[in-house]
Amino acid sequence: MNFLEAAMQPGSVDFLYNIAIIVIKILVVFGVIMLHVAYATYFERKTIGHMQVRLGPMRVGPHGLLQPIADGIKLFFKEDIIPAQSDKPVFFVAPVISLVAALTSLAVIPFFDGFVIADINVGLLFVLAMSSLGSYGIILAGWSSNSKYSFLGGLRSAAQIISYEIAMGLSLVGVMMLSGSMNLTEIVKAQEHYPLGMFLFPQLIACFVYTISVIAETNRAPFDLPEAESELVAGYFVEYSGMRYGLFFIAEYTAMIIMASIGIVCFLGGWNGPFEIPYVPFAWFFLKLYLLIFVYYWIRATLPRYRYDHLMDLGWKVLIPLALLNIVVTGIVKVLL
Amino acid sequence: MMAEGIFIYLAAAIVILSVLVITRSNPVHSMITMLVLFFHIAALYVTLNAEFLAAIQVIVYAGAILVLFLFVVLLLNLKEEMVARRYIGPWPLGVLAALGLLVVIVLSLKSFIPGPSGVFTTEVVRAETNTKVLGQILFTEYLYPFEVVSMILLVAIIGAIVLAKKRLRN
Amino acid sequence: MVPLHWYLLLSSAVFVVGVAGFLTRRNIIIMFMSIELMLNAVNISLVSFSRYLSDMRGQVLVFFVIAVAAAEAAIGLAIIIALFRNKATAHVDEANEMKG
Repeated sequence: MNFLEAAMQPGSVDFLYNIAIIVIKILVVFGVIMLHVAYATYFERKTIGHMQVRLGPMRVGPHGLLQPIADGIKLFFKEDIIPAQSDKPVFFVAPVISLVAALTSLAVIPFFDGFVIADINVGLLFVLAMSSLGSYGIILAGWSSNSKYSFLGGLRSAAQIISYEIAMGLSLVGVMMLSGSMNLTEIVKAQEHYPLGMFLFPQLIACFVYTISVIAETNRAPFDLPEAESELVAGYFVEYSGMRYGLFFIAEYTAMIIMASIGIVCFLGGWNGPFEIPYVPFAWFFLKLYLLIFVYYWIRATLPRYRYDHLMDLGWKVLIPLALLNIVVTGIVKVLL
Repeated sequence: MMAEGIFIYLAAAIVILSVLVITRSNPVHSMITMLVLFFHIAALYVTLNAEFLAAIQVIVYAGAILVLFLFVVLLLNLKEEMVARRYIGPWPLGVLAALGLLVVIVLSLKSFIPGPSGVFTTEVVRAETNTKVLGQILFTEYLYPFEVVSMILLVAIIGAIVLAKKRLRN
Repeated sequence: MVPLHWYLLLSSAVFVVGVAGFLTRRNIIIMFMSIELMLNAVNISLVSFSRYLSDMRGQVLVFFVIAVAAAEAAIGLAIIIALFRNKATAHVDEANEMKG
């Protein structure tokens, strides 16, 4: 569907109506996701705290429930320090690129049947395109800060993201082959005839590859070498402070939510569940989302950080061949059945 | 007319951005401009009903080729580059040659007559989706060129490794 | 609807900008980006032909152009790295050892 041509019917009331509907959808999705980003940080600190037999944040509000808000206010009012020898335009634009690349993908994700901001035919490619832009924010931030630590972090991160992007893209090809579409809504609908209403079992290898590449793609532990605090202080955003630092933070957590959502849509049956929950069509989607976010934290609390050469070996010599094998097997099975 | 308005905005942005790309002294600024340029070109493809190519444009050009460029730029010495001369000595000759080319192309556009129309009208493509139609032609009529392109990519990968690898001897 | 000629004019303008950049800049990386500009100009005209002549072959050609551009970028950047390693410069007019 071509949004532009649909919107360009001259003089119609539908035009303004469509625009209004789209704007409302954008505001709702943006608000909900920002709330999730804020409380994802709280959830992370609590989960990891309890896994390490600590309590996590307890001071602000009951059980520290207002902690994310306090953090936000603190970041907002902090002094904005800009390194003297930095490349200022690039320094300013880098966090914005990161955030935009993460937020734009929200437009194509179907949260429940019929609720998606832009129902485009190449939805999956759109998400891949936007996620590949994330590396610009990181590499430009690392370069423009004019600091050795952030430059090393930026280079590491760019190499890592480019390598794992290939494995991630290839792992989604099997899903495209089974569903015969790149439209995310149609991918969800195509899964209804499979066991448990999911592509998880027919695409087990792909799901494995996707999960690991996503953790690397979002720079999370155990693949958090770009911001390895013990060697690089904080990696590519060492020199950022205040709200600019906050933008990187929001971008990282939004990217986590996006990648988990794509995983849900492609492998876990999207908004469908074992039984229908009345009046809350998005319930299953968000339950699955919380589960996957918990898995991120679980992995972070369990595994030590990878060494850089091991990371590259895993990406190029294990995950990419596995993803290619999955494509071949899926193709053969699809032709035979 | 909204279609014309969108086209004029995109065209103006594309031309201005491409002039900026070739005139910046800092290659990194050039590259950021080029990133924005690629997005405008992708938007132009969307207005031409080529959404698959728009996505590919962003994934391959912006996501892969330009990042490679950025990597190489960061490996070079930028401080020296900022103060060095930007253009070759006889640069007016180059601009003159380019303008001459523009005149030739524009004059030849006058006598341009479109060829016969094919079968893939907008309605047909929309019913089948752009990606499906493209794939059907690519994997039937253009199967051999497709294989040749994959060989070219393989050779390019090997060639790039051979050229860029550090020599162990000497 | 936008006439086909507008797209062709835009395409030729971008192509000429690419030619001008290639002929005048000293930095080999910017010269490479000018080549990408020229390829993009050709792609614009191919996609608009494909739309206005109702023929998908134009888009198939764009697909091939993008693939070849990726190969060309990989080889070209490897050459740039080799040049920089041997001459410590990215300026084409300083790589003149073959000049008699």
